[in-house]
Amino acid sequence: MGEDSIITSDLKEILNADKVVFPGVGNFGDVMKELKKRKLDVIIKKAIEMKKPFLGICVGLQVLFEESEESPNVKGLGIFKGKVLKFKQGKVPQIGWNKISSKTIGDGYVYFVNSYYAAPDDKNIIESTSDYYAKFTAAVKKDNVFATQFHPEKSGEFGLRILKKWLTC
Amino acid sequence: MVNLLAKRIIPCLDVKKERVVKGTKFVDLKDAGDPVELAKYYNEQGADELSFLDITASYENRKIIIDIIKKVAEQVFIPLSVGGGINSIETIRELLNAGAEKVSIGTAAVKNPNLVREASQKFGSQAIVVSIDAKRKKNSWTVYIKGGREDANIDALEFGKKMEKIGAGEILLNSIDMDGTKQGYDIELNKKFSEELNIPIIASGGAGKLEHIKEVLTKGKADAALAASIFHYKKYTINDVKKYLKKNCIEVRI
Repeated sequence: MGEDSIITSDLKEILNADKVVFPGVGNFGDVMKELKKRKLDVIIKKAIEMKKPFLGICVGLQVLFEESEESPNVKGLGIFKGKVLKFKQGKVPQIGWNKISSKTIGDGYVYFVNSYYAAPDDKNIIESTSDYYAKFTAAVKKDNVFATQFHPEKSGEFGLRILKKWLTC
Repeated sequence: MVNLLAKRIIPCLDVKKERVVKGTKFVDLKDAGDPVELAKYYNEQGADELSFLDITASYENRKIIIDIIKKVAEQVFIPLSVGGGINSIETIRELLNAGAEKVSIGTAAVKNPNLVREASQKFGSQAIVVSIDAKRKKNSWTVYIKGGREDANIDALEFGKKMEKIGAGEILLNSIDMDGTKQGYDIELNKKFSEELNIPIIASGGAGKLEHIKEVLTKGKADAALAASIFHYKKYTINDVKKYLKKNCIEVRI
């Protein structure tokens, strides 16, 4: 996308970066375990505290919350208050293109692969919503933190626009 | 309670060595057999996903398909899936690292179901599609393997349920009876699978007309429709299909 990027789990590199992306597909508990093992949990919190623009994708959104129905005894990063819930209806995981309505990033189809979604206590942080038998949180945004349940990197032209806007604004 | 998840339209690209085969009749492409060109072309038309089938699937060709996926993933930002002869965790890892979203496992899922279990635990269910070649046998369907050449003597529906249980994220359901006939998908087969399984079903085999695609997504209850020849031979563009579906009140991404 015309920007310099590195893939790293090195603490110094993360804290030296202008912006931080935390993408992910995986199990909530496994991801938290791996983050703790590499002390990335502390680093992510620190990067967010330092007001670095932070983008979380998929599980990268979910771990920002306190807990998840996927891994009942595992604590999340707790950046945001609230829980991650499992879809109660329909085929699970939801796989495919669903429509989002947003406050600032625009409306359109984006690519989802998820069995779980976040339910923030503070509804004001909800940036986008979508419908899968019930309304669910598709993206959250607060200060320097932006996170999407969908995969902007797999969401065609619209997804690229979302990423470009995040990179340049 | 609404579900706005769009039905997916997926063109299938058969890859042989460095080239896409069957794609010879494109008129406005500089190089119709080039996988990257073709992927871009389908993406522009509105394909929801691209399915690559490695039809030679030998060891030396594995490197070629990995290279193709890398190049396509650099330029096309929609989900890519790859199938054809996949039988090891290592190959799956290489394909996912190259930029594929999913791999589809066929014969190996029948011979070694543990591969499906292990792969879905390692990479997540969403990355593992089980591809079933089903052929009618009286009132049910039986699984065929090795590209439709050998009857595995397993009930297809039972096999599908088992695959869901051990971690398959989707089923690519190909009807051997309808494949290549252009007479329409096997509606009953897709309906049965969609009602009895709780993971997405991708219908394959038999598309010849717009009505066929509509039927399999409505009566057949499939979540996605895969087609090869109607797109390759330019009978319809993907956009034609989607406009038609939309007119018929089917949720699609346009």
